[in-house]
Amino acid sequence: MSLRDIDLKPLLLVPALALAVLPFMGSPSTWLTLTVAGLAMGMIIFIIASGLTLVFGLMDVLNFGHGVFIALGAFVATSVLGSMGDWTGSDELWRNLVAVLPAMLVAMAVAGAVGLAFERFIVRPVYGQHLKQILITMGGMIIGEELIKVIWGPQQIALPLPEALRGGIYLGDAAVEKYRLLAVVVGALVFAVQVWVLSRTKIGLLIRAGVQDREMVESLGYRIRRVFVGVFVVGSALAGLGGVMWGLYQQNVVPQMGAQVNVLIFIVIIIGGLGSTGGALIGALLVGLMANYTGFLAPKVALFSNIALMVAILLWRPQGVYPVANR
Amino acid sequence: MSHYHSKTGLFAPPPAPAQVASVKPARAPLPDADALLRLEGVHTHIGAYHILHGVDLVVPRGQLTMLLGRNGAGKTTTLRTIMGLWQASQGKVVFDGQDITRLHTPHIAHLNIAYVPENMGIFADLTVKENMLLAARHAKRASQMDEARLQWIFKLFPAVEKFWNHPAGKLSGGQKQMLAVSRAIVEPRDLLIIDEPSKGLAPVMINNMIDAFQQLKASGVTILLVEQNIHFAKRLGDQVAVMDNGQVVHAGSMQALADDEALQQSLLGLAL
Amino acid sequence: MLKRLISNDLPRSRVLAVLLVALLVALAFAPFIFPGVKALNVAAKVLIFLVLVASFDLLLGYTGIVSFAHTMFFGIGAYGVAIASNHLGPTWGALAVGVLGALGLTLALSLAVGLFSLRVRAIFFAMITLAVASAFQTLASQLSEVTGGEDGLSFKLPPVLSPSFELFENPVLGVMVDGKLISYYLLFAVALCLLLALLRIVNSPFGRVLQAIRENEFRAEAIGYRVVVYRTLSSVMSALFACLAGAMLAVWLRYNGPDTSLSFEIMMDVLLIVVMGGMGTVYGAAIGSALFLVAQSYLQDLLRLASEATAAVPTLSALLSPDRWLLWLGVLFVLSVYYFPTGIVGRLRVAAALRKR
Repeated sequence: MSLRDIDLKPLLLVPALALAVLPFMGSPSTWLTLTVAGLAMGMIIFIIASGLTLVFGLMDVLNFGHGVFIALGAFVATSVLGSMGDWTGSDELWRNLVAVLPAMLVAMAVAGAVGLAFERFIVRPVYGQHLKQILITMGGMIIGEELIKVIWGPQQIALPLPEALRGGIYLGDAAVEKYRLLAVVVGALVFAVQVWVLSRTKIGLLIRAGVQDREMVESLGYRIRRVFVGVFVVGSALAGLGGVMWGLYQQNVVPQMGAQVNVLIFIVIIIGGLGSTGGALIGALLVGLMANYTGFLAPKVALFSNIALMVAILLWRPQGVYPVANR
Repeated sequence: MSHYHSKTGLFAPPPAPAQVASVKPARAPLPDADALLRLEGVHTHIGAYHILHGVDLVVPRGQLTMLLGRNGAGKTTTLRTIMGLWQASQGKVVFDGQDITRLHTPHIAHLNIAYVPENMGIFADLTVKENMLLAARHAKRASQMDEARLQWIFKLFPAVEKFWNHPAGKLSGGQKQMLAVSRAIVEPRDLLIIDEPSKGLAPVMINNMIDAFQQLKASGVTILLVEQNIHFAKRLGDQVAVMDNGQVVHAGSMQALADDEALQQSLLGLAL
Repeated sequence: MLKRLISNDLPRSRVLAVLLVALLVALAFAPFIFPGVKALNVAAKVLIFLVLVASFDLLLGYTGIVSFAHTMFFGIGAYGVAIASNHLGPTWGALAVGVLGALGLTLALSLAVGLFSLRVRAIFFAMITLAVASAFQTLASQLSEVTGGEDGLSFKLPPVLSPSFELFENPVLGVMVDGKLISYYLLFAVALCLLLALLRIVNSPFGRVLQAIRENEFRAEAIGYRVVVYRTLSSVMSALFACLAGAMLAVWLRYNGPDTSLSFEIMMDVLLIVVMGGMGTVYGAAIGSALFLVAQSYLQDLLRLASEATAAVPTLSALLSPDRWLLWLGVLFVLSVYYFPTGIVGRLRVAAALRKR
């Protein structure tokens, strides 16, 4: 697909927002710090949202319980990192990464496994019935949240960053946290892998086609159901990864974090358009930036600002910035 | 997977269709082995609506069978029922001796049946190449598609080659139609089920389409074609079945129908 | 005459009719039949939830709109009374100002929300209302000067409704006729009126058009009903009833905070009751609310007993802990959606119809 086929207008929204707030910032270094923070938060949100948007787009399944995988991933990470104290306490970066990497992988594995069960027992019986899907997946999330409280306790648990990942580096005048840079890198990596799979592999082709016209894909001989289960599991695993990163970003985890992040995720995929990975990225970056900018300029309206952003975009494109054809 | 919930409520389904008048179905007798596809007494309901009222259809091997009829006669429903997109509530669909009535669509497609729906089913955001690759089940990458076969398709439908790397959504209606048929033949299939391939095509493109089908027929492929364009039908069809009100009201050879103007008038309201 | 009172919406099941009558009697004479503060609290909550759930069912069950912003209107009603009574003093005038102000705000907001719902797809709308409700809750806890922030607002009510007020010096039928009792009967009267009004609405031609829209919007529009108008009216009415329920809550608790009326838990409770009781039936709201709230109050005691009994098996004990009430609520919820899709009322009516054959 040549470059001129890609709709460039939504891509410009991100730098547009960043530049629009520049005059209000006071100093360029503040702006830089906040922008990096916003991009980092946005990347983490993207990791979580990317799976959900494909689940929505591919099978028209409304999963209101995606938050449970976020919380699960985060809590699993607390256990894993907690048991590797000597590795996280070390000053050396490679040692820290040796601790963080398994935490991420275990979190993804657990979240993916729970996702498999979630799809089989909660989602599958209600295919095609949107209202029941909403109700049941919400019920599933509540059950999940409570089970987390049973296993890890109802109070918040600290999730401190490993030593070498703490602190920041200075880009000129601006302080930029190391962890946030790492988040941006990880997020970009996840995006790159997704785009590669979706555009260069046959399974990616199947997913993209399935999002547009499920029936036709079946008529071509593919059991799209199996593809869907796979997407659901991968989406859950990614949510788990996002949960780990979110927990490290906030440096603590609470059982309700799933429900809290859920709202942001919904805003992101509505802005992006259901079924669009690129749209999810743009939505996530916008939401991340907006949250950090308003957090600094006008903290009381932080959540409302994201809703206002969503409404504004819906008035421009009622199906999201990259609506997927045929729906 | 389509889910059709029975909609009770304030709106009752439309009254049952009137029984078909006088024409007796004249079926040319065929030995079983020659019938690649056979429908026996197929009824299909969509929600509360009873669309097919006992369809009997025989599609002989290696020949092109035309399915004709007015709008709303049930032609598309018949095709969709064969493909398993809608479940027959009664009756049997037998393909090559195997009962496929209760099978799921992907399974039916795997039996080497290709389906081109009325809306063409083109994936607009994918390129022409990707559309074709998806239809080529045995190819994991574009390079694995049968080169000779592709060249044959390019000769039949030049537009497919011309727009190979462009999003399929950018093609004109007629070009999409050609892409849809190309997809169905990118790999060898035993049965092609096609819904109105000439719709919206310019006359010169219709000739290309006819050419393609004749070449396919020559290579031994069985084709079931729904058409409204009578001239198209006359040039291509070996067998013909006419549907009205959810039933097949006439079946026989195309030649016999073409020769009998009175029959044409009563069935289709016009002369071939 | 009774039939006309309930707008010809008959229970159509003997069991259901008996349950409803029993409920009515129980609520009417609750202070006398069930002595004690806790029982009266439960009864009052039943009355409040009855109105709240029925109003939600008008939106979901009858019109087919999924909106999670319902608790927002509940909260507006509660905060209206709370803020007015707090700032203007414990008078009937303050109550009136609070209620009317809340109704006005509800009207405006629900109109906006309702019209917006028509511009976006149903999925989007559901998610957006979730976000809006969440934001509203955050807002309420942040505007401390007005709403009392996280701690909420405590306030006094007109003297007649205060607990210390005594109408008669001696107890009547064993119960002191104090302000609390009077408040209860005020709630009872209001709830009964609102319920009958809702019955009238859903059984009117308007209500039938709503159901037609729910079944087949396209067809309804094609016949000539302006779907936009009906859906918006339904959204607004449902919100107004929820607002009044909120006012009732505030009057009963003499307190209101973000968690009391705006929390997501309340939304889940409402959803569960609607599903369990039966969507698209006002009686479902009544029976469902009663069953649910009784269970909620007394089940926690049951869980406590069970938890202590299984103390030897720590995991089981933790699962059965009364704090984990929400876990079992969730399980019950999921099971209800699967096995009770038409709710209790639906099941009873089907059983009755089958028996008639």
